[in-house]
Amino acid sequence: MLQAIEIQKIIETNLNCNFIKVNGDDGTHFDAVIVSDVFNDQSMIKQHQLVYSALGNMMQSEIHALSIKTYTPDEWSKKNNI
Amino acid sequence: MTTNARIKKLIDDNEVLLFMKGNPTFPQCGFSSVACQALGALDTSFETVDVLQDPEIREGIKAYSSWPTIPQLYIRGEFIGGADIIRELYESGELAKTISKE
Repeated sequence: MLQAIEIQKIIETNLNCNFIKVNGDDGTHFDAVIVSDVFNDQSMIKQHQLVYSALGNMMQSEIHALSIKTYTPDEWSKKNNI
Repeated sequence: MTTNARIKKLIDDNEVLLFMKGNPTFPQCGFSSVACQALGALDTSFETVDVLQDPEIREGIKAYSSWPTIPQLYIRGEFIGGADIIRELYESGELAKTISKE
């Protein structure tokens, strides 16, 4: 069964992340929170497309549902008032 | 007519178009249902395409927008996003603004 940590590792290898957490324990539905500098000045769609391309063709086969939340480092620090 | 041409025509002919699994009355997937609820909550008319009835469109739309999942929302020919983005835009009020922009 596909593990959340596997997805996390694949994204990390193909996308430089400041922070990443992938959850999901049913093998097909996952949610990911990803913070990266590459998201700076990118539309939400472009940010999500960067995540999908980091996953290659996993989205076609193994992953049925992946809910994605993307943040720039600034947005993330504001959100967590760091 | 190629699948891509069929998709382009559908998108060009409908101001607000949602490619989804099922239809607004019987959505066949949670994410499609989220998208329908967001659009339904705005007093706007929108068209849907049930990709489960049309496997060519179901695969073709993913290549067309280089977006691997369904649902997909298009407003005046522009790809807006999938369920996550539709919900976020709805919650921020951006979705209503984008639709009502003449």
